[in-house]
Amino acid sequence: MFEIAQLSKTFHLHTQQQAEIPVVANVGFAVQPGECVALTGESGSGKSTVLRLIYGNYLAQTGSISVGGTEIVAADPRTILELRRTTLGYVTQFLRVLPRVPTTRVVAEPMIQAGHDATAADKHARDLLRRLRIPETLWDLSPLTFSGGEQQRVNIARGFAYDYPALLLDEPTASLDATNRQTVLDMIDAAKQRGCAIIGIFHDHAAREAVCDREIDVSQFAAA
Amino acid sequence: MQKTPLFSVSDLSKSYGAQLGCRDVSFDLHSGEIMGIVGESGSGKSTLLNCLAGHLAPDRGDVCFDVDGTGLVSTLAMSEPERRLLARTQWAYVHQNPRDGLRMSVSAGGNIGERLMNVGARHYGNIRQDASSWMDRVELSTGRIDDRPATFSGGMQQRLQIARNLVTGPRLVFMDEPTGGLDVSVQARLLDLLRSLVQDLGLSVIIVTHDLAVVRMLAHRMMVMQHGHVVETGLADQVLDDPQHPYTQLLVSSVLQV
Ligand SMILES: Nc1ncnc2c1ncn2[C@@H]1O[C@H](COP(=O)(O)OP(=O)(O)OP(=O)(O)O)[C@@H](O)[C@H]1O
Ligand SMILES: Nc1ncnc2c1ncn2[C@@H]1O[C@H](COP(=O)(O)OP(=O)(O)OP(=O)(O)O)[C@@H](O)[C@H]1O
Ligand SMILES: [Mg+2]
Ligand SMILES: [Mg+2]
Repeated sequence: MFEIAQLSKTFHLHTQQQAEIPVVANVGFAVQPGECVALTGESGSGKSTVLRLIYGNYLAQTGSISVGGTEIVAADPRTILELRRTTLGYVTQFLRVLPRVPTTRVVAEPMIQAGHDATAADKHARDLLRRLRIPETLWDLSPLTFSGGEQQRVNIARGFAYDYPALLLDEPTASLDATNRQTVLDMIDAAKQRGCAIIGIFHDHAAREAVCDREIDVSQFAAA
Repeated sequence: MQKTPLFSVSDLSKSYGAQLGCRDVSFDLHSGEIMGIVGESGSGKSTLLNCLAGHLAPDRGDVCFDVDGTGLVSTLAMSEPERRLLARTQWAYVHQNPRDGLRMSVSAGGNIGERLMNVGARHYGNIRQDASSWMDRVELSTGRIDDRPATFSGGMQQRLQIARNLVTGPRLVFMDEPTGGLDVSVQARLLDLLRSLVQDLGLSVIIVTHDLAVVRMLAHRMMVMQHGHVVETGLADQVLDDPQHPYTQLLVSSVLQV
């Protein structure tokens, strides 16, 4: 599902005395459907950068990233938007909230955009919110005023609402309590069962043990 | 994915005598896409938008539109009446200052209804009904349908201008700083409204703004202008999170967080 080869990323910061920050070079690995691979490595080694490159959020300078046969490097914006709509999900700890959009709608949106019926999407959104223990009294409000943990769980519900064939997870379980963390791990497991290919970053060792089939240490790709 | 674009701009240039307006701008826009244009004051954003919308004649280049789903045709090669018909039926233009886009001496309902009459509506009752439902849609109290826009707040005037523009069901909407000059809280409400309208109606939009948060929230793609030139284009979140051009990096780093 994911095939990455000779991928490199250097940031050129023109406003800061032309600083160059080489982050990774020659990244290469592949992930099969139904497999969950953990990216490891110390803070700053480039784990999140690799996920963002795959999502098309950072621009890759060289190399190749193929997701379900679609090449990301040098792809035009439409190709990436279409891939994100139908194939590739990305979940972080942080929800980008839009004012006034109710929580159920925030969660249902990826399904609706992927072409699901709005009523079915709404029902599924409610199931997920219940499963992630978001109090029902909050469902029709905008998550703008929710606690950090509630927002994080809304974001997870949103990220898992549509059954993407490929998922990127950047510390989805960070700072969750044990019960909610287990729910998220169960959701990851279910995604694997249905054949989803997953690349994740998990600081929590136990979480990694529970869902990941293999680890890739990003430090091995450190740019010289 | 539809293959052919809805709108296509090639090598567009416009100067005011020796003063550069915009230079060599090219891009395609597909149906349902939202393009944000950002850049410092005087970088040529409004000049470009006015050339695209047919308000200004460019010195060079072409602006093409797929009028009836059969492919791109040059809007510059059209006759003036043809272009005016196009602008009235398939395009809309939202001005920064609602006074430029509204008729201040006509009631709110009249402002919306006039557009319907321009495209041939004649039945008074239907027109009033449509005007009223559009006021509702942009969250204006229908009880104010007979009031003149001069009695409205800036945010209300802007919502009225949007209703006036969208009532005829355009496919492509040009917006020049639609949230400029409004309070932050009023801006947020307007933006949210714009976002849901654009989504529900499947509009294609070209929006000029100096506010990167507006781009982040609304746009799929963005274009960065400096001194009349496009210096960077790409997926909106990619340009905001990993800007490549020195000017874009300066622009992004001078805002706290978007
Ligand atoms: N948009 C950016 N602009 C400039 N430098 C960046 C940008 N994003 C990341 N970096 C740099 O790339 C390096 C890798 O960062 P990244 O966030 O990928 O690390 P990480 O392995 O995810 O770390 P952590 O475990 O702390 O989350 C860091 O030096 C960071 O400063
Ligand atoms: N009618 C005109 N006659 C002469 N020069 C003009 C005219 N309109 C614009 N200009 C000049 O063309 C350049 C581009 O102006 P434009 O209005 O397109 O900028 P802008 O990017 O929209 O700026 P702002 O963000 O301030 O609205 C500026 O230098 C401006 O002074
Ligand atoms: Mg990280
Ligand atoms: Mg302007």
